[in-house]
Amino acid sequence: MTVEQIATSRSDVAGGQAAPPTTSKTPAIELKGISKSFGPVKANQDVDLKVLPGTIHGIIGENGAGKSTLMSILYGFYEADSGDIFICGKKQDIRSSKDAISAGIGMVHQHFMLVETFTVLENVMLGAEGGSLLNKSSTLARNELLRLSQEYSLAVDPDALIGELPVGLQQRVEILKALYRGAEILILDEPTGVLTPQETEQLFKILDILRSRGVSIILITHKLQEIMAITDRVSVMRAGTMVSERETKDTSKNELAELMVGRKVLLEVTKDEATPQETLLEAKEISYRDEDGILRLDNVSLTLRAGEIVGIAGVSGNGQTELLAALSGICALHQGSITIGDREITPDSPSSAKEIREFGVAHVPEDRHRMGMVTAFDAKEVAIMGYHEDSAYNGAFLMNEKAVENHCRQLMQEYDVRPEDPNLKSANFSGGNQQKLVLAREMDRAPKILLVGQPTRGVDIGAIEFIHKNLIKMRDAGSAILLVSVELEEVLSLSDRIIVMFEGRIVGEVTAKDADACQLGLLMGNAGAEEKRNSSNNTIMTGELSE
Amino acid sequence: MSSPNKNLPGWIDVGLIPLINISLAFLVSGFVIWLIGEDPIEAVKIMINGAFGYDEALGYTLYYTTNFVFTGLAVAVAFHASLFNIGGEGQAYIGGLGVGLLCLLLDQYFPLWLILPLAIIASGLFGAAWAYIPAYLQAYRGSHIVITTIMFNFIAAALMNYLLVNILIAPGSGSPESRVFEETAWLPFMHEIFAWFGAEITRSPLNLSIVLAAIASVFVWFFIWHTRWGYAIRMLGHNENAAQYSGIDTKRVIIGTMCLSGALASFVGINEIMGVHHRILLEFTAGYGFTGIAVSLMGRNHPIGIIIASLLFGALYQGGAELAFEIPTIQKEMITTIQGLVILFCGALALMIRPTLERLFSNFTQNNKTAVVE
Repeated sequence: MTVEQIATSRSDVAGGQAAPPTTSKTPAIELKGISKSFGPVKANQDVDLKVLPGTIHGIIGENGAGKSTLMSILYGFYEADSGDIFICGKKQDIRSSKDAISAGIGMVHQHFMLVETFTVLENVMLGAEGGSLLNKSSTLARNELLRLSQEYSLAVDPDALIGELPVGLQQRVEILKALYRGAEILILDEPTGVLTPQETEQLFKILDILRSRGVSIILITHKLQEIMAITDRVSVMRAGTMVSERETKDTSKNELAELMVGRKVLLEVTKDEATPQETLLEAKEISYRDEDGILRLDNVSLTLRAGEIVGIAGVSGNGQTELLAALSGICALHQGSITIGDREITPDSPSSAKEIREFGVAHVPEDRHRMGMVTAFDAKEVAIMGYHEDSAYNGAFLMNEKAVENHCRQLMQEYDVRPEDPNLKSANFSGGNQQKLVLAREMDRAPKILLVGQPTRGVDIGAIEFIHKNLIKMRDAGSAILLVSVELEEVLSLSDRIIVMFEGRIVGEVTAKDADACQLGLLMGNAGAEEKRNSSNNTIMTGELSE
Repeated sequence: MSSPNKNLPGWIDVGLIPLINISLAFLVSGFVIWLIGEDPIEAVKIMINGAFGYDEALGYTLYYTTNFVFTGLAVAVAFHASLFNIGGEGQAYIGGLGVGLLCLLLDQYFPLWLILPLAIIASGLFGAAWAYIPAYLQAYRGSHIVITTIMFNFIAAALMNYLLVNILIAPGSGSPESRVFEETAWLPFMHEIFAWFGAEITRSPLNLSIVLAAIASVFVWFFIWHTRWGYAIRMLGHNENAAQYSGIDTKRVIIGTMCLSGALASFVGINEIMGVHHRILLEFTAGYGFTGIAVSLMGRNHPIGIIIASLLFGALYQGGAELAFEIPTIQKEMITTIQGLVILFCGALALMIRPTLERLFSNFTQNNKTAVVE
């Protein structure tokens, strides 16, 4: 079932319970004239928001539009410069998350706030132990947790360790945590970023139940189809202001995209049929173990051909990061070989990131802050990462800073990086512009092979369009591209061939035109995370696919 | 995206915060002096006069400053690669051994202009070699650099003890010192240099090494911020993953950085052995290596900051000695207390007042803004 299908089936599930919002009701949350500045940056300007009780209210907007700031104000992380917050009609002064919790607001963060070595029960209790002796309160908490699980159909084993639960269940624990603290209002910040399509579907079912029990939900996302699938109303933010509000049923994805960006946006990627040429890179049965000896890549074989985009689909953490690291020479192989041109890289003849770059392999890392850039560096210093020993930028002793700056300026012009200031600290660029700078650096040299991870992570719609176009252009110019993305839609729309990874193995390969999201989703989750240790299951799934 | 703007303007960060920290240190010091029944104002006067008041005092202050610049730069260079080099003391000690051995070997044959560059090289090589071992252990064996460099301070001290007592000791001497070098291996004192130009200043241990300290500061500035090697060092320091991604051989950078750091620390040996004592002796490093950590912290790992911080610590050493001399109830231990307080406030608690200032600053700018709007 795709997300769209959920949307249509939702009304059947919930029946008439999701009462159409009426203006006569007191809003669960009302924000009036919220403004907040950080130095010269106006993150929120005179923002109004009304969320009716028992509804799901979506907030969409590009990065830096002010969604997260607004929610941080509501949850007490920041104090607004001006404006008022009303909860259920009562004016509230929320100065800390403690105030927010006591006002009945719960938040599920994008990155879970869970202690991995604690059990579900311990995590739920954490910070709300209610006494210095654990024994008594944990019994009370256990009963309450079971009651909540039943009331909201949120089944979870109270004694399971968080670290051993799949991501979808961890998120469920986050929701339980909020409910345990008596939340009547739930804020979910980009909740589906880490979920498989099936887990997303599960989450939406849960949200639906919560709504039918009268919980008000704010859903922050940049995925339009989710807004369409689950929300009752949607507010669009742009550049710190609330630009419009719509009944979800009266709007469309295209309209919302246009409202977000402020201009017409091409949502679909248009591309011609690929014409794959010669093989540029061949990986044969490569395996990699990390420092703890855990097998991260298990017998992976793949080929990259000129003029073709190969997409890697998979829930993050299933070996994609390590695959990129192995192919780009950052980590050494334990088994197998990688052939690029005449060079065969094996465990006995290891390579380095430097050597591989010299073969014309460019790499856009998955996480730009972790690897692709140094946030403390100026943009111009980021623009030469990996090429800093190039003779064009160096004199005998000193660096030729003029040349570095000119190079950066040129990249910024070609890839529309704003502000166009090579001397600005790279941390001060927005996520989208940082990503464009990294992409510019890697794509500018017309590499023969481009390894690209999460090219549009945290990037706004306008920039996504631009990045996708450029990737297609590179492919058509004869580059071999390996695309790793957790956005299934992105993999589907860009790739010519799709490989699915699960726990370091390749569990399926399909041509893009034969692929559909549902089938890939099943492969990604290896047909149910609960049974993921059951290896016989894998073979069945791969078998089904090849039929 | 929407993280609060935590950037304070530069003048607050490098100017106001250290100033407040020093003031706090002196305030507490003043309180302690008041507690033992002395006049804090008088004590400050004596200290400042004792550090800067006359040319001999200034000479001593700058002589101490020279040592702090070397050890401060050493800590700073390593810190840019996010390596915490606690071993400046040992590296300076062994560097001094290198200088001394070279002088003992060549002082009878070569003139100063030939000995000096060779001594700088020998000093650098010995200091770098002493830093190389912990660096190698860190890069290839994962032993923590803080632990190993501390241990190497002790090893250096033990080694020097052994060498001076058993091998280098001057024949017939009762104290563990080498023979005094021939004058060809003596660095000219500043009062001598001034005398060449006809100016007369009072004798002090200040010598030509201060020029080397200035050159080292300029070199470090260029090296760290304007060369490809400095680029690699800073990248490793900020983000090791990014460095690996960029094809930087992180192990080599770790070793290279530590060797440079050790070489910088070792120049204390030039100042002390060639400039002042003219022989190898025990414990000439006198804690300069350790104080270098505070100097570097306070100077924000930047040569200009390090020079200013070195001057402060030089003044504390010299003015403190003067204070102990002038007011007998204030003993040497009290001076150590004051130095300790400065290190505590400027080093360990350097960022204590930052959040408060951030809040004040953001309130202040916000008030200004609303005032404009209204």
